[in-house]
Amino acid sequence: MKMMLKGGAVAGVALAAGLAVGVAQAADPIKIGATLSVTGGASFLGDPEKKTLEMYVDAINKDGGVLGRKIELIVYDDAGAPDKATSNVKRLLQNDSVDIIVGGSTTATTMAAVPLVEKAEVPFISLAGAVVIIEPVKKWVFKTPHTDRMAAEKVFADMKKRGITKIGLISEDAGFGKSGHDESLKVAPNYGIQIVADETYSPKDPDVTAQLTKIKNAPGVQAVFNFGFGQGPAVVTKNYRQLGITVPLYQSHGVASKSFIQLAGESAEGVRLPAAGLVVADQLPANDPQKAVVTSFNKEYKAKWGSDPSTFAGHAYDGLQIALAAIQRAGSSDKAKVRDEIEKTSGYVGTGGMVSMSPTDHMGLSLQAFHMVEIRKGDWVLID
Amino acid sequence: MQRNRYIGLAVLAIVIALLPLAFSNNYHYDIAILAGFNAIVCVGLNLLVGYAGQISLGHAGFFALGAYASGILTTRYGVPPLLALLSGAVFVGFLAFVLARPILRLKGHYLAMATLGIGIIISIVLNTESWITGGPDGLMTDAFSVAGVALTTEKTWYWVVGGLLLFAVWLALNIIDSPIGRALRALHGSEVGAQVVGVDTTQYKVLVFVISAVFASVVGSLFAHYVGLMTPTSAGFMKSVELVAMVVFGGMASTYGAVVGAAILTSLPQFLATLHDYEAVVLGAVLMGTMIFMPRGLLPTMVRLIRRWGQ
Amino acid sequence: MFAEFLQFLLSGITIGAIYALAGLGFSIIYNSSHVINFAQGEFIMVGAMSTVALVGTGVPLPVAILIAIVATMLVGLALEKFAIEPARNADVVTLIIITIGASIFLRGVAQVLWGKDFHSLRAFTGDTPINIMGATIVPQSLWVLGVTMVVIIALGWFFSRTLAGKAMLATSYNRLAAQLCGIAVKRVLMLSFGLSAMLGAIGGIVVTPITFTSYEAGIMLGLKGFTAAVLGGLGNGAGAVVGGLIVGVAEAMGAGYISSAYKDAIAFVIILFVLFFMPSGLFGKRATDRV
Repeated sequence: MKMMLKGGAVAGVALAAGLAVGVAQAADPIKIGATLSVTGGASFLGDPEKKTLEMYVDAINKDGGVLGRKIELIVYDDAGAPDKATSNVKRLLQNDSVDIIVGGSTTATTMAAVPLVEKAEVPFISLAGAVVIIEPVKKWVFKTPHTDRMAAEKVFADMKKRGITKIGLISEDAGFGKSGHDESLKVAPNYGIQIVADETYSPKDPDVTAQLTKIKNAPGVQAVFNFGFGQGPAVVTKNYRQLGITVPLYQSHGVASKSFIQLAGESAEGVRLPAAGLVVADQLPANDPQKAVVTSFNKEYKAKWGSDPSTFAGHAYDGLQIALAAIQRAGSSDKAKVRDEIEKTSGYVGTGGMVSMSPTDHMGLSLQAFHMVEIRKGDWVLID
Repeated sequence: MQRNRYIGLAVLAIVIALLPLAFSNNYHYDIAILAGFNAIVCVGLNLLVGYAGQISLGHAGFFALGAYASGILTTRYGVPPLLALLSGAVFVGFLAFVLARPILRLKGHYLAMATLGIGIIISIVLNTESWITGGPDGLMTDAFSVAGVALTTEKTWYWVVGGLLLFAVWLALNIIDSPIGRALRALHGSEVGAQVVGVDTTQYKVLVFVISAVFASVVGSLFAHYVGLMTPTSAGFMKSVELVAMVVFGGMASTYGAVVGAAILTSLPQFLATLHDYEAVVLGAVLMGTMIFMPRGLLPTMVRLIRRWGQ
Repeated sequence: MFAEFLQFLLSGITIGAIYALAGLGFSIIYNSSHVINFAQGEFIMVGAMSTVALVGTGVPLPVAILIAIVATMLVGLALEKFAIEPARNADVVTLIIITIGASIFLRGVAQVLWGKDFHSLRAFTGDTPINIMGATIVPQSLWVLGVTMVVIIALGWFFSRTLAGKAMLATSYNRLAAQLCGIAVKRVLMLSFGLSAMLGAIGGIVVTPITFTSYEAGIMLGLKGFTAAVLGGLGNGAGAVVGGLIVGVAEAMGAGYISSAYKDAIAFVIILFVLFFMPSGLFGKRATDRV
């Protein structure tokens, strides 16, 4: 308790000092807060997201900032834990008084933040996938990545084209996989697809051959769809080849990063998944509006961090750009005005596709924004 | 002893009363409230770990069961929060009672394993049965209200939690000074010895196991209402370890030590958050260093130092 | 039907072998110090991650493995020297918290050094699956099983035939008596941590081509290793191996025949059940309290 007292006092003094400095300066910085899953099971989402935000905020500040004001980025790690995200968001709102929040790497951390930002009336751009974030529409909440429902629809459409009607579904039993699983069950009938085997695994399982054996032995399976992210899908893919299963394997957009190919190695050959244009930047036709954006993002990220950006890095890029553009258009960091401007985002071309939001659509992406890619010789190949 | 107890309680009350003077915003209240929640659980857990010498790596399970009981009963069945909290406590108390006999026959690390297993099983059930628990994405909970008055602001929560903490400490001190406490201490010293002189060790162990589980359950219920969101991770192994770490860090067999341990280990990660990648390194080093150099825990070591310096 | 059963069994044994190696590490340290080392999982991680890092810089795999094992042993020795020894007389729970602090610390260091990505190693002898009566197994699984067996045999030889091994056993039976016989108990402690770290590193390295690794990989493996050690009876090496195999097979069978969501719970239910009837695990020494 004493330690707390002292800490509190230190924080208080620091805050007072901060205020004094703030008054002295001509223009306060625009404060962008973020709670990201930088460590923990979802760190492959949060880590590139943090790197992207830091890198672009630095670059923009070097160019003089936005509206003549510098941008201050405050990132806290929630390790993928929703209760930690709650306390981070409280800190961002109440202690750091941020103007806008970008982030929430996972659906669970995003949903933990939603009631707080709605109450505090601060614009919030989530980087997480599930459809529940924007359905029903919440006044202050937006998101940049494609939804899990869209991923399922894209995959099922491709299956339908190949004449596949009976599939096995294997999904991770944590947030992303579970939500994807539920959405898959919902939309499968629309594409005439029947799920004849339905298995799950834990994110850290070192082996899923038992589950895959069951799917393999389910009568009439023509393809398998895996919903998950992190090392899980790589384990699934390796075990899939080990068991000699020959029907096509589909993954979700949760594996759209080079590290998946590196982990799964040769087993990843022939795997299909829906992904944003980012991963196939150089294969996009020259007239594709996304081409320029994703090519330069790829180049800048690689130059700074030495590795190809994942689509998750792209979500953070889009979130930041949409936020800054809205602030620019609003002419101030006034929260209500910025919110209105985010909602009016129209024709923004980002790494995820063309974004046109509306009062009823707080994501603004269509199925066209998704590309079906296949992994061939250790690289992504655009197939539609 | 009696006098000491009231001095200690008075000091704690004064600290709780004066602490808000150092707060400049709701975030500070938030940290204090979370610290308070952990402190109450630790005061209960300390009875088991510190006094009875029985380790538990599964108390987060009881915490989460209380939380989910409240969350599920209030949101899905419209049960008033206070009634839900009490139902949760009764359920957890009963569960702990049933489990206690077979489990507390185990000793040392075997007991650690068994409690750990129970905690993990609870978290897997909460994670899987999403039709009622909301699964890994968690369960939203409404604000706590009694007789139509809702607890919403951080300030009111702070005073409620502060009051409860004082009550919990008072209760724990009373238990420790009662014949139960004496029996427990005998048990910690030598279980066989205690049995030989006629102490029904099993009965006391069961009792204190149930008490500590109920403490965790009640706090879990309040936590669910305060944060407004429950997830299965709060039943996890790491959370259980965190709770035991708080007890040991502050000082085993010291009720105030448990409070200090909870306060420090709750707020420390907040201070370290600005270190980003180095947070885990520093947290691990602090935990190790404190336990190596102050194996009795922070508070007892400090008290001894002050006494020695006073002489 | 039989092929399916065999598949579950083979998967279970492969994973069980890893748990067994982790469990052995717990047992060896427990025997010589009565400490449960919750940083055992981090030994596994350090071994795997440093091999990956070395291979990444172009060091040939066998050399990388050797360096990684030595590096992990140094970590183990440092842990004993700087964290366990100074607190040797502390309470059991205090020691547990110290090792938990150490595990957090090691994870933090690994994350700073090697980042947060998952990594893999190339399988030692290719990826072509081997078909056994309708079930399949990857060659790396054979490596895991083979290496585990070699390690167990080597340990058996070490404890029964060498002076150092006998000294360790003697210390575990009666520390004071061992000391009186002139055994340097301190050195035995060091040795046990070095040995456990080595086991962890070996396990981590052979299994990485199958399961991948990351700075957090040790948490789960450590937990399962502890489970294996307790199930078999703490301090009993053979018990830890059997315990690991039981946990691995129970998980695979549970996932295959009952419910994949509940497979971890099934393993823990078995353990609780065993402990209810055999409070010292399957092969543990019956504990007697001194008054």
